[in-house]
Amino acid sequence: MNGQDPIAAFRVEAGELLVGIEQALLDLTHDLESRDLVDTVFRGLHTLKGSGAMFGFDALANFTHHCETAFDRVRKGKVPATQELVAVILSAMDHMQALVDGDGSGLAAAGDDILARLHNAIGDDNEAMVAAAPGDGDGNGAVPATHGASGWRVTFYLPPDAMANGTNPLALLDEMRGLGDAKVTALTDRIPPLAELDASQCHIGWQVELRGDVTREDIEDVFIFVMDDMELDIVPLACGEEDPAISATEIAAQPVQAEAAAVGEARETSPVETGAASTADTARGRPVGTPTESVRVPAERLDVLMDRVGELVIVQSRLAQLAHGGVRGPAGELALRSVAEDIERLASELRDTMMVLRMVPVASLFGRFRRLVHDLARETGKTIELSTHGETTEVDKTVIERLADPMVHLIRNACDHGLETAEDRIAAGKPAAGQVRLSAQQAAGEVLITIRDDGRGIDRERVRAKAEAQGLIEPGQQMSDSELMQMIFHPGFSTAAQVTNLSGRGVGMDVVKRTIESLRGTIDIASNPGEGSTVTLRIPLTLAIIDGLLVRVGEGRYVIPLGAVEECIELSLEDDLRSRGRSFVTLRDRLVPFIRMRDMFETGTRPDPHQKIVVITTGGERVGLVVDQIIGSHQTVIKAMSALHRDVPAFAGATILGDGSVALILDTLQLVSVGQAQEERLLAAG
Amino acid sequence: MQPVELMQDILTKPASANWDDQGQLEVLTFDLGEETLAIEAIQVREILDLLPETKVPGAPMLVSSVVNFRGKIIPIADLRLAFDMPPAQVSVDSRIIVIEIEVDGEPTQIGMRTDKVHEVTTLNRNDAETPPAVGMRWRRDFIHDLVRQSGGIIVLPNLGAIFSTDPSDASS
Repeated sequence: MNGQDPIAAFRVEAGELLVGIEQALLDLTHDLESRDLVDTVFRGLHTLKGSGAMFGFDALANFTHHCETAFDRVRKGKVPATQELVAVILSAMDHMQALVDGDGSGLAAAGDDILARLHNAIGDDNEAMVAAAPGDGDGNGAVPATHGASGWRVTFYLPPDAMANGTNPLALLDEMRGLGDAKVTALTDRIPPLAELDASQCHIGWQVELRGDVTREDIEDVFIFVMDDMELDIVPLACGEEDPAISATEIAAQPVQAEAAAVGEARETSPVETGAASTADTARGRPVGTPTESVRVPAERLDVLMDRVGELVIVQSRLAQLAHGGVRGPAGELALRSVAEDIERLASELRDTMMVLRMVPVASLFGRFRRLVHDLARETGKTIELSTHGETTEVDKTVIERLADPMVHLIRNACDHGLETAEDRIAAGKPAAGQVRLSAQQAAGEVLITIRDDGRGIDRERVRAKAEAQGLIEPGQQMSDSELMQMIFHPGFSTAAQVTNLSGRGVGMDVVKRTIESLRGTIDIASNPGEGSTVTLRIPLTLAIIDGLLVRVGEGRYVIPLGAVEECIELSLEDDLRSRGRSFVTLRDRLVPFIRMRDMFETGTRPDPHQKIVVITTGGERVGLVVDQIIGSHQTVIKAMSALHRDVPAFAGATILGDGSVALILDTLQLVSVGQAQEERLLAAG
Repeated sequence: MQPVELMQDILTKPASANWDDQGQLEVLTFDLGEETLAIEAIQVREILDLLPETKVPGAPMLVSSVVNFRGKIIPIADLRLAFDMPPAQVSVDSRIIVIEIEVDGEPTQIGMRTDKVHEVTTLNRNDAETPPAVGMRWRRDFIHDLVRQSGGIIVLPNLGAIFSTDPSDASS
């Protein structure tokens, strides 16, 4: 974190705060009575206001102040928490995010609009009625309550170094003007003679006569971040003798304690979650959707990494000793072998530790969808319940980032197209509330993420009709169910169906499929009419390292991802000769098309006498790759190709071999589709 | 034909090389076939001996192979192909110049095979001429400037245009 731009750091922090507030708000929609949640939201807003002001995000601080005020009243029981209020605050959150991201210009109108709605939601006119109720059960409540509606005389002097510390007296005065009708007088009695004047210090005091429905707490809130050191005098107007001035230090102590307690509490409270096993990660404040690229790593994982590095250093010095001829003869050889073994072990342990460092729980991904579903429910007028399972499942960080967009699309589809309206659901004998269930689990080097809804399911007749209309299949063509489902992923297929504004992100199902495949994952859809659909994503745990099969074609060496390899067979001489023109082998009574890699790569070399066929499979389709030699399995560290080579088909990346040379990694999906095209051509030719 | 080419000139050559305020440019000069070329010194990352290259089947001819450059896979370019020069034999003077330029908006390291690397020198804008409209066998948008120097002409190639992945550039 050293040397980080403070503004960037604030943005990260604000992002985390906003996420925390949002989660609490969403929980609040299920439990409007919960005081804990109201407090959590209030504290979040309060902290955001404070740190916003500290970092010069004045527009944010002012805006947040109004939301905070509104929530303060909820907290004190003056107004009830309502769905409308939560909805307004949620839209205010988006505005705050915009203020955090930008410089606040051009957003004022939108902000005013939200504030107007906010005032409607909390019904501003009942202030006077409830003002008499003293603050209940909170630190601030200990301070004597309001004094009628007449007003206050506020006299304050800021500490001399206030401006150096970032306090802006003008902002404080503005904030007081926001509370009511204010008359501000500058107090110049403490300004020293010119010779002694330090221009960088604050010598002026102010007296503000504030009229209106203002409570003492409101005024103290204005000064909450500077109260410790300043002189503050708050006296009710016209009846100063009745309520003697309270010294600043006295009032300062209480809110500050309350603040400290609040912060402590916030760390411990975890939002109440519907049916979820753990949202502790969200509560701990993992960065979710923050613009900067950072990962929070538990300290013990770093300790493990440090231990390994320490061992490596020791082994390295042993190796250096050996290299300088410390021990000769057979003993030296033995020592060398032992060092080699240690390094091998350390390398694999370091690799494992490092991979774990890059892993983040999917909770950070699932967390974003709660708001999405909430918004979708409001837009569609459906009741939607989102439940999440297995959020502690960990996935590589880059995978998480790239999964977000496709999952948004799938969830939109489920809510928008999948789930029926409440009336339709009741008519179909289902509960009125639609269920959307997200779950994640780990299974043998893969993560399974499923998105399930209990809606109407996919209408196969409509899919077929549309596929026929678009000329993707022949009318009446025989298709298996899974083939029919695959039509949904055809480019241009899904977009035509999306007429609602919900699905206007320009991401079709074909893009979803491409994204998942670019992560070397697969996507499957299962659907029962009337019972809903389940989309299953299978994603490899990490993108960085795979097991590969190293093969040779001509003079080049290539890696085939081992996960796709089904088996290796020899291309017999008869098959080779017979297959001129029609490249098929019979494999257990099934014809498998094969591709001669030497021809495809135009190596210009003669084939080896004993060529091999590596049979690879993806998504149920098989294709054989004819190679000259199978060298063996290879732990493959995947390296990206440069922009100049990214468009080259057939390769998914490159890796570096033990001798330092480069081997290219074959893109199995691409090769299978080449094989399929070849098969279709040959079938068409008879 | 001519107007189209002029048009393309305007479009693909918005700026010439990055001459500084004094009209000077620090460059690294090198030989390619019969010609002496120069690239801006600020783009140069490293000069390497030849490395074992790995062919990338199906890649554009200009960048037909890759090498392992300190754990990164970088493409190796043969500028001869951009300037229609015959392929050359590897000699003891052959070197790879690793440059870093923007390709499609992302900084990309590229190794360029050269016949001989000369020196870092400073060129003067006063000596520079835009390539003539006629009498050139090279694509004009591939060249920023021709600079007269005591030894002859130094060609200042437009690497951005040469390595552009925009198909409309490559096809013309």
